[in-house]
Amino acid sequence: MSEKTMRDAINEALHQAMAADESVFVIGEDVAGCNGSQGEVGSVGGVFGVTSGLYKTFGPDRCIDTPISESAIVGAAAGAALVGMRPVAEIMFADFIGVCMDQIVNQMGKFRYMFGGKSKCPAVIRFASGGGFSAAGQHSQSMYQVMTSFPGLKVVIPSNAYDAKGLLLQAIRDDDPVLFFEPKALYQEACEVPDEMYTIPFGEAAFVREGDDVTVVAFGQMVNRAAAAIDALEAEGISCDLIDPRTSSPLDEAAILESVEATGRLIVVDESPPRCGLTADVAALAADKAFHALKAPVKQVCAPHSPTPFSPELEAAYIPSVEKIQTTIKELMAQSR
Amino acid sequence: MSLPKEKLLRAYRQMKTIREFEERAHAEIMNGQIAGFTHLYTGQEANAVGVCEHLDNDDTIISTHRGHGHCIAKGADVIGMMKELFGSSEGLCKGKGGSMHVADMEKGILGANGIVAGGPPISVGAALAARIRKNGRVAVSFSGDGSVNQGTCFEAMNLAVVLKVPAVFVIENNYYSEHTNISYAVGCDDLKARTEGFGFPVFVADGADFFSVYEAAGKAIEHARAGNGPAGVFAETGRFHGHFVGDPQTYRAEGELDDLRENSCCLKNFRTTMQASGELSMEELDAIDAEVMTLIEESVSAAKAAARPTPEQVTEDVYINYSGQASA
Ligand SMILES: Cc1ncc(C[n+]2csc(CCOP(=O)(O)OP(=O)(O)O)c2C)c(N)n1
Ligand SMILES: [Mg+2]
Repeated sequence: MSEKTMRDAINEALHQAMAADESVFVIGEDVAGCNGSQGEVGSVGGVFGVTSGLYKTFGPDRCIDTPISESAIVGAAAGAALVGMRPVAEIMFADFIGVCMDQIVNQMGKFRYMFGGKSKCPAVIRFASGGGFSAAGQHSQSMYQVMTSFPGLKVVIPSNAYDAKGLLLQAIRDDDPVLFFEPKALYQEACEVPDEMYTIPFGEAAFVREGDDVTVVAFGQMVNRAAAAIDALEAEGISCDLIDPRTSSPLDEAAILESVEATGRLIVVDESPPRCGLTADVAALAADKAFHALKAPVKQVCAPHSPTPFSPELEAAYIPSVEKIQTTIKELMAQSR
Repeated sequence: MSLPKEKLLRAYRQMKTIREFEERAHAEIMNGQIAGFTHLYTGQEANAVGVCEHLDNDDTIISTHRGHGHCIAKGADVIGMMKELFGSSEGLCKGKGGSMHVADMEKGILGANGIVAGGPPISVGAALAARIRKNGRVAVSFSGDGSVNQGTCFEAMNLAVVLKVPAVFVIENNYYSEHTNISYAVGCDDLKARTEGFGFPVFVADGADFFSVYEAAGKAIEHARAGNGPAGVFAETGRFHGHFVGDPQTYRAEGELDDLRENSCCLKNFRTTMQASGELSMEELDAIDAEVMTLIEESVSAAKAAARPTPEQVTEDVYINYSGQASA
């Protein structure tokens, strides 16, 4: 056990999964890097450095650079998976799903159902998601909320290094196609991560904080911010459950409902826009299955219905802040019947 | 090739403006004044200028993530661009887009683009409009050696031929897509031939030489404007910085950057040509250099002093109108 960043934890998981199973390989743009150039092939390891060292350890057959061709990358991963491999493809920024949507949604995600349960597609597609870098409208989106709406795809959103490692190892082992969203603002965040392999099952939420007054459900990058908001309110005598679902598909409905039954108040936090998003999804769950327990309206804390702006000030106003979460919790306490 | 003196002075000024805009942007990024991801065009200036010097205000271009040079060459306001990079609400795009999304519809700049090969299909649409309206306009899209491997690029090239529209595809081969060399990422040996395989002529240029690009682009644009369908320009070029600011550039050969700056500098080449031909004096070019430096300095002071956006602006400009009725 030692402190590892999310980047290093994911990197370690990839090394271990590839060492343990020869059918696992990595494919994407610059996952090795420097191919065809005078530089040392493999010296890049992905634009976020997540696949660093894989080329050196596993060679060109298992750490594969591609041209800029996202549809073909996802399709190649899907096809290799259909015939028994366990590819882990990297699509860099989650926004680039726009380029390869068909291969993910109409192909990979539906094979099993359309083929009458007779196929398996154990592919993992990794993405760096979310805002915080002034990267503007085409490099800041979460996209996981959109992908959650497609039956047949599993959707994973780790919020810390420990979960990232365990969830990725589970994703690689899983026989269904998995979309793995790494909030890029968390790559440098570190926590204790075991050196050995371990898995975290899908559909099992983590209780990050436990309390009595309010249930806060937060996804990805928002988990830390929600925790900070909750910790600050402790002094004011407000205590909250903080639930990190870790996977949005499958969703641990039981954990959320159990908490809402106990607290009677629900706030859902995500950095994506509100319409048809995860906050609306979880709010609907409570309206549908825990209405009787609610003492106050369900609140969604999320981005507004707009693309992500470039300017740092605008982006700071766009992504839910600790203060905004805190204020919403207080308002909810004041409104309760 | 002999060009009017006014044209020569203008071409040099445009290239120098791009160079100094980029070098200053680089410095301001290092100073922490400019946020986000920025891709600099330094070294490739002759490509943008050699192409855009053939275009009127109403012709269109669509650019890439490495878009500053194309936008300046097509007439974007330099001060407005610098303000945009600084994230000011007075910027060309009100601080909403930043470096990767500089645009100016008035100038026929349909935008830089953060999605590799997002541009070519859109450019085919602009070219289609020109064909339908019979207005003699051309639509130029810029692509890199990496972007040509994207399906959207293939689709756009084929569609342009099928529809016989005045689309011009400019491919700037700077040999790298991020950290990968063209010799790996383009599977065939001859990208020009592959592009011609779509069914349109491609004119080759030395991207470090304004006159070479100007000549090749002239042929391509003339071909498209005359109603013969699409055409291409294929320019060999080099970027003097990393892919993005902060790129460690482990893919470079030893001495590669020094060699590029020394031997593939379009400004130096331009001066050498002028010195040999005597068409422009070095004093005339020095005077332009000084004026450009003043303009860039002014743009940075203006950007630093410019208004900052306020939170309520986040939700402005998402739609023209979002209350259900058709907009006026
Ligand atoms: C769809 C998509 N895939 C990947 C990227 C990341 N990316 C940005 S620029 C770039 C390389 C582009 O290379 P090239 O077309 O040669 O242009 P250059 O950077 O050399 O100007 C890549 C892979 C992106 N922005 N969009
Ligand atoms: Mg390139």
